[in-house]
Amino acid sequence: MSAVYKRELRAYLTSMTGYIFIAFIMFLVGIYFTAYNLTYGYSHFGYALSSSIFAFLIVVPILTMRLLAEEKRQKTDQILLTAPVKVMDIILGKYFAILTIFSIPVILFCFYPLLLSMFGTVSFSMTYTTILGYFLLGAAYLAVGMFISSLTESQVIAAVLSFGALLVSYMITGLSQFISGTAFTSFICFTILIIILAVIAYVMTKNYAFASGTAAVLEAMTIALYLFKSTLFEGAIAKILNVIDLATKFENFVNGIFDVTGIVYYLSIIVLFIFLSVQSLQKRRWS
Amino acid sequence: MIEVKNLVKRYGSNVAVDNLSFKVEKGQIYGFLGPNGAGKSTTMNIITGYIAASDGEVIINGHNIFEEPELAKKSIGYLPEIPPLYVDMTPYEYLKFAAELKKIDKKERDKMIDEVMKLTKITDVSNRLIRNLSKGYKQRVGLAQAILGYPEVIILDEPTVGLDPKQIIEIRDLIKSLSKKHTVILSSHILSEVSAVCDYVMIISKGKLVASDTPKNLSKLMAGSNSLELTVRGDKKKLETILNGIDAIQEFEIHNSIEERAVDITMKIASQSDIREDIFYAMAEAKCPILAMKVSNMSLEDVFLELTGEDKEVKENQIELEKKSFEKMENEEEKEDERSL
Repeated sequence: MSAVYKRELRAYLTSMTGYIFIAFIMFLVGIYFTAYNLTYGYSHFGYALSSSIFAFLIVVPILTMRLLAEEKRQKTDQILLTAPVKVMDIILGKYFAILTIFSIPVILFCFYPLLLSMFGTVSFSMTYTTILGYFLLGAAYLAVGMFISSLTESQVIAAVLSFGALLVSYMITGLSQFISGTAFTSFICFTILIIILAVIAYVMTKNYAFASGTAAVLEAMTIALYLFKSTLFEGAIAKILNVIDLATKFENFVNGIFDVTGIVYYLSIIVLFIFLSVQSLQKRRWS
Repeated sequence: MIEVKNLVKRYGSNVAVDNLSFKVEKGQIYGFLGPNGAGKSTTMNIITGYIAASDGEVIINGHNIFEEPELAKKSIGYLPEIPPLYVDMTPYEYLKFAAELKKIDKKERDKMIDEVMKLTKITDVSNRLIRNLSKGYKQRVGLAQAILGYPEVIILDEPTVGLDPKQIIEIRDLIKSLSKKHTVILSSHILSEVSAVCDYVMIISKGKLVASDTPKNLSKLMAGSNSLELTVRGDKKKLETILNGIDAIQEFEIHNSIEERAVDITMKIASQSDIREDIFYAMAEAKCPILAMKVSNMSLEDVFLELTGEDKEVKENQIELEKKSFEKMENEEEKEDERSL
């Protein structure tokens, strides 16, 4: 693992990529820091951080796009996959490398509240909770980006897909409000979802009976549930969509709440996408 | 050492490796020979654990590559078709990374990297970026990576492609010297290379093992019938009757010759009989002077073409080329090219 980690870290620090990533984050947070904290005199640095999280949409793809896509294109994954190393170690090495790059600006941010405390009282616990949340949010975004990079051979496609995925995740809470929250709409949405699932199942297994059978069972369950307890369906779509919204969980941290569910949520996202990246790399060997 | 059992690799409906089985013993150089797309690289990629097989087993030093990949991979060094080089590193940094990846002891690392660089003659360029190296040097850096750690089995996929003749000879010598301590498997579609370097040849065609033996035995095996080439001055029909009178001739063909009033004859003779004298006397009696006579054993090349079922195509090409030779005198080179394919 350490070999991959060191190589990856070196690659980021000897090329422009790592520096562009760090500089862009520092620059954007710096703008909000200047505006909120220095000009308007807010003592909470968290406001600057929470206003600048949209920067992740741009910088995360910069950092993650080449991570696995380029290995595949240059065929350098051959040395990794034929070496006596576990695939998990390769992925972890790479993930910790981008995490290390990301932690450089985060560590620098830790000095900002100290700077502010010279001019007034600063709630350190509140600020550092926010910084922790910010780090976890970024780490989760990076895991998603790494997974998307493992899906393709092209850096550009990886970057565009990561940007799209993060954008959807960023805007989903806003968008879900447009979907009507009545039980019947939710029911219709679930039915459509089941049909889509059945089509995917058919494409993957080429087994008509299996796909239609699963769909029928799921649909029967949904209908039964709708008939007996339709209240469950009220606003269900919005609730489900909110699960993929990473950014809203950060708000509690900004308000100074040490949100354990938030921490667990981010850690699960990270573990899930590391696991998916490993699977994706394994799958390459089979197809 | 390495045991491959009933290996199958399917890509959709396309079968790249078809029920391949073979064993590799210690301390020898094995050559995988086959036309492009025969499944050589796929087989090597499966043996080294880069891709998975659809069916079958690969056992390396007693470890199954699919069940205990880490242990099995430890005894393999692999140079793929395209050397897996990180172009933003120098050869030294790259080899250091490879050494770490292969879990070579920290104390031995530097010494070993030094040795390997000397062996592959890349010490001079060890501090230049790989990006800026020539194809030959890149190939050598890849080779250095494969040798690093002195694994028991070294697998090289077309190690001499893209090198100039001098480099090819150097790399071949290096491979030969490696066989003293290691088992080497290399793949190639160049026959001369395999017969020059390998102790044992495995011919693969369309994913199947069609023959495996030493280069000598292979050409002996197929040379059960020797062939004779003659140029004789005389009439076609007359010659036919003479040749039909000699029992030892299995089959013969008569073509028009470049020489005036003469014909070229190629014939296959039953093994172990030398009928050159018989032919000489028979021709002398009929007053058909022999202008040239040549014995030809089947070369590894012929064996290869025969086994991979491409001889028809190539023969047709050769006939076409021969036609052209009347117009062009320089066809000699082209023919060579065509053959070496």
